Amino acid sequence: MSIGHTLLGLLESGPRHGYDLKRAFDEKFGHDRPLHYGQVYSTMSRLLKNGLVEVDGVEAGGGPERKRYAITEAGVTDVQRWLATPEKPEPYLQSTLYTKVVLALLTHRNAAEILDAQRSEHLRMMRILTDRKRKGDLADQLICDHALFHLEADLRWLELTAARLEKLAEAVIR
Amino acid sequence: MTPEGSLLAAVDLRKTYGPTTALDGAEFSIHPGEIVAVMGPSGSGKSTLLHCLAGIVTPDSGSITYDGREMATMNDTQRSALRRSEFGFVFQFGQLVPELTCVENVALPLRLNGSNRKSAERTALQWMERLEVDDLKGKRPGEVSGGQGQRVAVARSLVTSPRVLFADEPTGALDSLNGERVMDLLTDAARSANAAIVLVTHEARVAAYSDREIVVRDGKSRDMERVV
Repeated sequence: MSIGHTLLGLLESGPRHGYDLKRAFDEKFGHDRPLHYGQVYSTMSRLLKNGLVEVDGVEAGGGPERKRYAITEAGVTDVQRWLATPEKPEPYLQSTLYTKVVLALLTHRNAAEILDAQRSEHLRMMRILTDRKRKGDLADQLICDHALFHLEADLRWLELTAARLEKLAEAVIR
Repeated sequence: MTPEGSLLAAVDLRKTYGPTTALDGAEFSIHPGEIVAVMGPSGSGKSTLLHCLAGIVTPDSGSITYDGREMATMNDTQRSALRRSEFGFVFQFGQLVPELTCVENVALPLRLNGSNRKSAERTALQWMERLEVDDLKGKRPGEVSGGQGQRVAVARSLVTSPRVLFADEPTGALDSLNGERVMDLLTDAARSANAAIVLVTHEARVAAYSDREIVVRDGKSRDMERVV
């Protein structure tokens, strides 16, 4: 999963402090692996350097200064490009795909289109494997079958997620 | 506008059944010899789309052209002739006539088109050989397995050398191995005859035999080749 893109996506709904970003990330995506503060600040400084976010304000308090970050137009374009580009089909994609779908819903983009594009990318890979399997020997067939079953499992997840988009939208946009 | 060179194309198809909208502006096109998978969840309208394309169901509005001819301008007799001679059909269940032998089942479309028994059964047997079920010629459907029966049904769907084969969940009732065998033989036979296949399926492994897919959702279609 791209932490940078995910944090950028979370900033689309409005400027946030690093601490708020971490909390939103952990709540939505970090169930088993919450972000470290260090990851948040190093990611934000990289995004700042690349012009994808800007500092919207600095609050001085008793402790260290608290920067509030806002996404730039270049940042929004970058998130859009990331969401619209299907992932390379490979095992254990779910966390990235889940993140993309939730971010699309949070930012009022068309999540069904993301799932459709991913289905198409998976099918493209499945066509290549099916063709290789038909032309190959038994060993090729077994190897291709293994990959095909994994891709099929991903696709079942995609279909189920597509069927549950409305419920998911209700759950994430609270 | 229909895509250039398409054999069968549909534009802005709409169909309602009472209060239910089955098709809501669906589009489709297929070229000669092409295999197009029609995917989508249950109730999305994919079977209605297939039935409209095959001239079984008349859409409320929209246009379907086959080989440059507008289907709406054809009368029932012409549409029926088109289905008998230019189109072939494979469904999930119950396609074979239980009282007839397998070779008589495969020869049936030719007999309905006026061929004599001997010539029809000779052609039928050639297709049964291609589908590797010629040894079942004297058996009745009740005496063969599900996978064998489906291969007999595929042979029957191709016996008239159709230009378009409509396959609605053709492996839906089979296990993985038999489903795969049916798909291998079905697509090989169709490709060698340059028949196009409209393949309705919800199974990705079946859709992987296609050249491209369209996704139907809420009666609307999406051509993924044009999107990606």
